[in-house]
Amino acid sequence: MQLQGKKIIALGERDGIQGSAIAQCTASAGAEVVLEVTHCFV
Amino acid sequence: MQQMTAQPVIRGVRFFLAHTPGLVRYGSKPSRDIDREPAVVDTLQAHLRGYADAVAYPPNQAFLGAIHPDTLGSLPTPWFRHTGCGERWAPHGEIMSEEEFYGWLKIADAFNLVSLEAGFAASIRPALAAHPLCTPADLEQLGTGVSQAELDARLAGDVPDLPIFLRDGSRIGCFHAAHEVDATLAADVLLENLACKTTAVLAMRTLLAQEHIDPLAIPYVLNSGEEAVGDRYQRGGGNLAKAVAEMSGCQAATGVDIKGFCCGPLHALAVAGGLVSARVFPHVVVVGGCALSKLGMKYRGHVQHDQPILEDVLAAVAILVSGDDGASPRLRLDSLGRHTVAAGPSQKAIFQQLVSEPLQRLGLGFGDIDKYATELHNPEVTEPAGSGNVPLLNYRVIAGLAAMRKEITPAQVPDFVAAHGMPGFSPTQGHIASAVPFLGHAVDGLRCGDLQRVLLLAKGSLFLGRMTQMADGVSLLLERNG
Amino acid sequence: MAEQYPREDMVVVLGTPTAESSRLYALTVTEGDPSWAGALAGTPLGLPVYHVTEDAIKCQVSPEVYEEQVTLMEMVLDVADIADAVQAVRDSSAPAV
Repeated sequence: MQLQGKKIIALGERDGIQGSAIAQCTASAGAEVVLEVTHCFV
Repeated sequence: MQQMTAQPVIRGVRFFLAHTPGLVRYGSKPSRDIDREPAVVDTLQAHLRGYADAVAYPPNQAFLGAIHPDTLGSLPTPWFRHTGCGERWAPHGEIMSEEEFYGWLKIADAFNLVSLEAGFAASIRPALAAHPLCTPADLEQLGTGVSQAELDARLAGDVPDLPIFLRDGSRIGCFHAAHEVDATLAADVLLENLACKTTAVLAMRTLLAQEHIDPLAIPYVLNSGEEAVGDRYQRGGGNLAKAVAEMSGCQAATGVDIKGFCCGPLHALAVAGGLVSARVFPHVVVVGGCALSKLGMKYRGHVQHDQPILEDVLAAVAILVSGDDGASPRLRLDSLGRHTVAAGPSQKAIFQQLVSEPLQRLGLGFGDIDKYATELHNPEVTEPAGSGNVPLLNYRVIAGLAAMRKEITPAQVPDFVAAHGMPGFSPTQGHIASAVPFLGHAVDGLRCGDLQRVLLLAKGSLFLGRMTQMADGVSLLLERNG
Repeated sequence: MAEQYPREDMVVVLGTPTAESSRLYALTVTEGDPSWAGALAGTPLGLPVYHVTEDAIKCQVSPEVYEEQVTLMEMVLDVADIADAVQAVRDSSAPAV
């Protein structure tokens, strides 16, 4: 699976990796982040 | 004008828990599920525990200071199997039954929002009268209640009230909306706000009484809770602090709310320390009331694992920040760690700014902190819902940073976590769960135990409010005096 | 969201902290979950899903960005279990059409 050119839904979690961190990672691989969310379950 | 600054100390901390299984249905998650599927109420009710079990529950006993968190860690799990024996009154506060708590909700009600059924009001009156914090004026405020017929009429009205139930499903009162159309004054919103006020008041009254502080000596109160008190033109307008001061007998006080999601209390402690340090006030009380919306948040995971619904308590804290008394732990304002805008969102950036950077600034190593008081959510609450062990993850990150700085080897990480961490024991009550649950133990250990330094740290999920993708974080060092 | 873009162009990338939460999220975005009230309620079936720490993602990310954003958490999370959980969901779901 190539990230280049893909539309990314970044589903982060407060106690794992935040959405914005996932977004930066996938953007660095040439993907476009179309949704970035971070959930909190505590 | 005095020129010298004062050294702020944490002079005292008290907590308050109310066991409110009957209110679990009004937690955000359960209430939404019940709206969709009314039978969820039966599922909830079948998994709610009784008062004696909530009192005996070891994490609650640790929260109230009856056992140390390190002792908790050595108890067999699951902790919820420890049932039946425990003390309501513990060194750092009490855990109250739902019956008495409903009475206090009525006592704290300045707008006749709560109606209790007459027989129920009469039944709880003796227990309230015997409570050490209950005054004759409080009992007058309790009133004599209303008839079942009046409750029926209110619940059938155009703007229906919320019925109030006990754990067993019996209806003992109702909660009114304060406005026909203003959603910020709806019954469910006001119930959250009044519960927050009531629990904060009980923590504050406990603190003042047990620390032998005249309420009139308190000039300023900071509320750090997250409830949005206000009306539709100023949603979240705030100042629950003053409402808490009023009901705590602090006639000479005013105050303000300081909000920051889960790091609200640490921001408030820093501000309180600053006000004391600058000699603006000799004492500032930081309070945080409960987060009713969090009740039953992870009930599905608990039901799925056939364990009791453990998110059944409301929690509050009150912290007295004063000038140096030569004995209480010092609040080191020069230690303040802040997660800045520029730092970026990664956990690494947050922990570096909250732990590594302040330690370096103070010339301390990671091992010089005896205990790190971080997010202390009870894993027995979070793990069945797939949310993991939050404090353990935090401690591994801190140990990982220590390893990155070569202060410990990677092989020493587990030992570091065991020595400088602790098991989570806090109810998942929003802003209450981060750092402050350990404060009572920290003050004891720094005053007359073997602790030298405790680092308090908290993170806030600002992104939940959709105004920024950022989180926030604050840390503060507490140090033995003298 | 899924109506806006061709489904074959979309990838869900998770940052969940445990194997169990990763499995639940992955199931939600591949099989859909009508009771899920979050941002993906109503998302159609079959979106490919990965965890950000899986090699398939990690190997494509700038090492500097990964180091800054993820490495510390990778050290403390059970990434092998998480990868197994997400892989199992991918294996059990029909490929995206």
